[in-house]
Amino acid sequence: MSDKATNEASLKGDWALWEVFIRTRGGLSHRHVGSVHAPDAELALKHARDTYTRRMEGVSIWVAASTSISASDPAHADAFFEPAADKVYRHPTFYNIPKNIKHI
Amino acid sequence: MYTTELQKVSALDNSLSADPPELVAAFEARVAADAFIEPKDWMPQAYRRTLVRQISQHAHSEIVGTLPEGNWITRAPSLRRKAVLLAKVQDECGHGLYLYCAAETLGTSREQMIEALHSGKAKYSTIFNYPTLTWADMGAIGWLVDGAAIMNQVPLQRTSYGPYARAMVRICKEESFHQRQGYEIMMTLANGSAAQKRMAQDALNRWWWPSIMMFGPPDDNSPNSAQSMRWRIKRESNDDLRQRFIDVTVPQALALGLTLPDPELKWNEARDHYDYGPIDWEEFYAVVRGEGQVAKERMSARVKAWEDGAWVREAAAAHAVKKAKRNAA
Amino acid sequence: MIDQPLFHYALRLGDDSLILGQRLSEWCGHAAALEVDLSLTNIGLDLIGQATSALGYAGDLEGAGRDADGLAFHRDALDYENCLLVEQPNGDFGQTIARQFLFSNWHWLFLSALAASKDATLAAMAAKSVKEVSYHVEFANDWMVRLGDGTPESHQRLSAGLDWNWRFVEELFIGDDVDNEMVQRGIGVDKASLRAAYDARIIDVLNDANLPVPKKHRAITGGRRGHHSEHLGHLLSQMQFLQRAYPGASW
Repeated sequence: MSDKATNEASLKGDWALWEVFIRTRGGLSHRHVGSVHAPDAELALKHARDTYTRRMEGVSIWVAASTSISASDPAHADAFFEPAADKVYRHPTFYNIPKNIKHI
Repeated sequence: MYTTELQKVSALDNSLSADPPELVAAFEARVAADAFIEPKDWMPQAYRRTLVRQISQHAHSEIVGTLPEGNWITRAPSLRRKAVLLAKVQDECGHGLYLYCAAETLGTSREQMIEALHSGKAKYSTIFNYPTLTWADMGAIGWLVDGAAIMNQVPLQRTSYGPYARAMVRICKEESFHQRQGYEIMMTLANGSAAQKRMAQDALNRWWWPSIMMFGPPDDNSPNSAQSMRWRIKRESNDDLRQRFIDVTVPQALALGLTLPDPELKWNEARDHYDYGPIDWEEFYAVVRGEGQVAKERMSARVKAWEDGAWVREAAAAHAVKKAKRNAA
Repeated sequence: MIDQPLFHYALRLGDDSLILGQRLSEWCGHAAALEVDLSLTNIGLDLIGQATSALGYAGDLEGAGRDADGLAFHRDALDYENCLLVEQPNGDFGQTIARQFLFSNWHWLFLSALAASKDATLAAMAAKSVKEVSYHVEFANDWMVRLGDGTPESHQRLSAGLDWNWRFVEELFIGDDVDNEMVQRGIGVDKASLRAAYDARIIDVLNDANLPVPKKHRAITGGRRGHHSEHLGHLLSQMQFLQRAYPGASW
């Protein structure tokens, strides 16, 4: 991961881009908050710490080289996401249970 | 910190667009329906160009904006003031960073944007080409310049481009203390010794007009506003924001016991607004052209930092390559 | 009665942090990358916070009505008791990193030991600061390795920076009467006892940075008794300007 990011960056220019994910407190998932530039993963973590957790915003940080993130194509969003729209039976409210039946 | 429309999208830019009309129509409909546009979404070329220009100009303003206040960090008059000013300037550095990252999602690298700044191709807010002469300038900048910036920035939290809107949310949250610390400095000075009060009045005199120029040229001289408004890249007109800024700021100045350097300033009962005197747009455009008093100092400081840092950036990148090779071996 | 040794002990703790914090604040807006700017500023803010606590405590101990600002802004160089290392000029980034590396590694060992002080206030301050300084150490060590191993130019610049600052390392381990009394009373740290651990820590990093361990330099001392380099006077004249120019004003 770091090798790829590093090799793609020109030595002379700016550092590679990393995506930053932060867990704001215990029990929550990491969430994307932004990016930093860094020459390697170790410094990317430190840069993320110094940039995105100055106001106690986090208890854990992940960084990932931006080039290693694969994203779905918005042009195919219909094919990707719309087929889920009519599968209402996946949701509990689809089922009618009489009110006097408890704990279900 | 932000100034609208220092550089215009030329009519040529827009007319040469080879964007397929059906995609443009779909895009316009999404933006009109208050949807957010994300990096991989299709967007008109002019939208992309305008955004890169606006976001990078905003980022440049944050970065150049570290310099006038940075000028006083080592001379801050108490440990508390020193920590506050250092934290504030650090925030600005961070805000530049967030904004460059937002612009990078549009396909322009931070390095390209920085080169455009250093070569004079890209603009930044005119306000930072004025010098900071006394400690009171730290008060006036926080109160007036950050105040004007906040007024400009708050509506942009709902701008159409997702990464820009998210950066603005974070920036607005962080900036909430900036204006307050500035006003606190002004209060302390205005209630201090005669020398301190003089300092405060002098700073207000020097920063007032440049601050109200920060909202950009008057609406009747702002030809791209309609398009930017439709695209939700700009959410309110320059003159509306300016008027609102003046209306909220004048009472704050009066509460300090200071006077404003505008003899025509007076409350207009009928309009329910303050009337204000003519703005010296000649001065504004001269500063936009790079004729501000300390424009050369600001740019040479940025270029020096970037060039002096080249060996550092290169060393870290070289170490990463060597380390990767050693790990692979 | 002022507890003179304890007063000076707190003063030194505060002065080290204040002067280095002031030096780091000179970088703000001028670093090699925005990210590095943010890191250096974070370290500077930690140090200014430490100085505020330690000088505040020194002022309380003195009981003469001087608070942290009174001590920071109204003493001349002869009454500053920081070590010579922290007042060294920033130079280039290599020189700044070498200074941070040499100081933070010592600072961490010193504070870790001070956290066991019989003086509850000092112990609490040290326990809080040591967490901050752990990060300073990591930051400095990381950059030592990157600059030392990076390119021929960075290696050369870092070597020069190390050479500049190395002269002032001996002073960190030399105790005086104040130190001796503080150690006897179970309040202070036996500085000489930190030397072996210090050497082990820095030799590790120097090896990773492809840098030879510098030869022991003749001790250049004086900081703890107010005899400083020529640099400190200039630093103070800038830092204290407003307080000096407008006596009695509050800010």
